Amino acid sequence: MSEVRQDRQYTQTHEWVLDNGDNTYTLGISDHAQELLGDMVFVELPSQGDEAQMQDELCVIESVKAASDVYAPANLEVLEVNESLEDEPELLNSSCYDDGWLIKFSADSVDDLMDASTYEQSLDSE
Amino acid sequence: MQRTSLYESHIQSGGKMVNFGGWEMPLNYGSQIHEHNQVRNDAGMFDVSHMCAVDIKGDDSKLFLETLIANDVGKLKVYGKALYSCMLNEAGGVIDDLIVYFLNDEYYRIVINASTTEKDLDWINSQAEKFDVTVDPQDELAMIAVQGPNAISKTYTAIPGVEEVCAGLKPFSAASIGTLFVARTGYTGENGFELMLPKKAAEFTWKMLLDAGVEPCGLGARDTLRLEAGMSLYGSEMNEDISPLEAALSWTVDLSNHNRNFIGREALENLKAEGLRKTIVGLVLEGKGVIRDHQLVRTSIGDGEITSGTFSPTMGKAIALASVPVGSKEMCEIQMRNKWVFAKIVRPPFVRNNEVLV
Repeated sequence: MSEVRQDRQYTQTHEWVLDNGDNTYTLGISDHAQELLGDMVFVELPSQGDEAQMQDELCVIESVKAASDVYAPANLEVLEVNESLEDEPELLNSSCYDDGWLIKFSADSVDDLMDASTYEQSLDSE
Repeated sequence: MQRTSLYESHIQSGGKMVNFGGWEMPLNYGSQIHEHNQVRNDAGMFDVSHMCAVDIKGDDSKLFLETLIANDVGKLKVYGKALYSCMLNEAGGVIDDLIVYFLNDEYYRIVINASTTEKDLDWINSQAEKFDVTVDPQDELAMIAVQGPNAISKTYTAIPGVEEVCAGLKPFSAASIGTLFVARTGYTGENGFELMLPKKAAEFTWKMLLDAGVEPCGLGARDTLRLEAGMSLYGSEMNEDISPLEAALSWTVDLSNHNRNFIGREALENLKAEGLRKTIVGLVLEGKGVIRDHQLVRTSIGDGEITSGTFSPTMGKAIALASVPVGSKEMCEIQMRNKWVFAKIVRPPFVRNNEVLV
């Protein structure tokens, strides 16, 4: 059973969004996603200041098995990227909810995401 | 799906099971990169029981095999000595690649791939009709490959009696201890043994190896290891439409005995006379990204294709085997996710005995 952190929201494409409470959000991928992909080896992150529309391809994460796109969950501006992933892409596997965060962003609104229990249910029915 | 006699052992070790050629096999037990490194640095083991050992016996055994395969079993004269060969069709294409062990003039053992077992046996049986031989698939055997710098010493610790018999065993040779057949062969570029043993002994042998500190490794690691070692995978580097000469496997074709008319010989000789047009080379990507099978390759003298692409944990870079025009050298481009990316052309192997060679 994969872990679903209760303190954040989720997208249909297995990203999580955490409201940091200071008008910024953090984006990452869920335990289910990292498990499916397997050992991560490369991460392509956007740059600070980049803007993206909802559903735009924001990052590319590549495991030995496959490359996968990470999509913008909202219209956003990138505030910070997780530089550690450059040298330690395996953080996405070992700590997808904590040290394996992808980007921090600002957005006018972040809606239409699933809460943790809805996401959990969607996984059970997969 | 079929299951080997080690299925329960895989589940107990946390194996993530997948369908491989109709067999339910472990892809990994958590991290394929960890398992890969375990083999390069210590000792890991693979359940390869889905492969098939076939015993060829009878007065015409040698004659039969001299016809059946492109390498020459005539070179094998000592009990247990083995060779690697392709088995060809009349057009010179590869039906399968395999290892043959000489036991005596009337007894050889061949080991064929899991995904081609049925096809191979049909072919071998029909070719055997003209010869005084029996073709006997060893369905009661399990196979475990123990690989890594400490594989041999840990096997000795795990299984009593093996060291006494195998201490002087050279690479590509085998020995028997009762019902245990120990071959110093492998598909990883590391030292080690491939063990063939009765199915009922498989579980407890696996357990003894675990207790001796050998870690279970899955098919994911098996693929990254063999690619680093520059070894071909049937269905990727060669298939029924590709001859060994076009798959950089000329070294497995022995034409020296002109009286040995093996199946596919004429086709190969014609191909040589016409001039070979393509070959297999190694590729290394300096930048980010993982090379994937079937991506297009562009060289200065023509186009080709990735036959096997992956990430090399030992090198920290993407590597691949690719089919390209003969004479391609230095650099080429690979079409990766809509971009053309430069890669270096190298001669495999990439890694041997944990040392990067390219």
